[in-house]
Amino acid sequence: MAETSGDRGFREGAVAVVPMAVAVFGFGLSYGVLARAAGMGGVAPVIMSITTFAGSAQFAAASVLQAGGAAATAALSALMLNARYLPIGVTVAPWLQGSIWSRLLHAHLTVDESWVIAAEGTGRWNPRVLLAAGMGIWIAWVLGTIGGVVFGDVIGDPARLGLDAAFPALFLALLVPQLRSTERTTRLAGFRIGAPPPTIAALLGAAIALALTPFTPAGVPIVAAGAACLIGLRRRP
Amino acid sequence: MSTVWIVVIVSGVGTLALKAAGPVLLGGKQFPDRLTGVIGLLGPALLAALVAIGTFADGQRLVLDGRVLGVGAAAAAIRFRAPVLVVVIVAAAVTATARVIAG
Repeated sequence: MAETSGDRGFREGAVAVVPMAVAVFGFGLSYGVLARAAGMGGVAPVIMSITTFAGSAQFAAASVLQAGGAAATAALSALMLNARYLPIGVTVAPWLQGSIWSRLLHAHLTVDESWVIAAEGTGRWNPRVLLAAGMGIWIAWVLGTIGGVVFGDVIGDPARLGLDAAFPALFLALLVPQLRSTERTTRLAGFRIGAPPPTIAALLGAAIALALTPFTPAGVPIVAAGAACLIGLRRRP
Repeated sequence: MSTVWIVVIVSGVGTLALKAAGPVLLGGKQFPDRLTGVIGLLGPALLAALVAIGTFADGQRLVLDGRVLGVGAAAAAIRFRAPVLVVVIVAAAVTATARVIAG
């Protein structure tokens, strides 16, 4: 993946997003299949992919509906999984300088993948790359959903294809370039640890998420893991 | 209105509100340096959490299943600098194979 070059533009973003868009298309297929099987019909899942545009949240809502859950429960579980977009939105905010409509469009196209591709390191984000990558993911997600809804019977059970393992693998591939750092040690609570701050933040984030999983509703562990970034507060005394 | 459509509308409006709160309220303003360091670490923290949950969580339970092998194989592929698409395909293929073997 391209490292921090300040002049990446729409084109670079569109190129960088292609491999991820392919994976997202597959994920969209499986969402379309599952949503239809969950009794959401053919149109609602597609509208949800166009508007909510967040994979894990849509899967959660579909599984709650399939289990006969109430509308409030399904919507709430989707929103809890998407709660991470509040801090993620805050991180890109300084780099979005256009009109309110332009900011709304960039915000809508901000998903995990486009956010990572648009990252330029040390807390900087590139709005042109964010727009291009977000559009690529959005198109793949919506087309995938349509395909899943239409051809669901042919595709069968997506878990059989191992698609559920594709996403942690994708996030791992996105994580590794973010672990590079100019600092070799992390200062934490007066101690000096022999690993760079991004590595410590990642390990701490994973530990928080796993520790909370059995005790909190889905989505909460991911948001809580974000607190691991606070170790950065002590970095520059 | 049917349950399904209520979910679609509430989740769509709510998600856009979550995503847009930062850009609409704080758009174009720079944060102080100290905060930029913190925000730069949010990526690694959230992505690692997504990897951990996606690999080990089944609802609220933590399990070891075919995904562990798939993500492990993906880690090896990343180590050898494989392109992202190859990494993802390796993960899915290994997981699917493990499931076939395990029956």
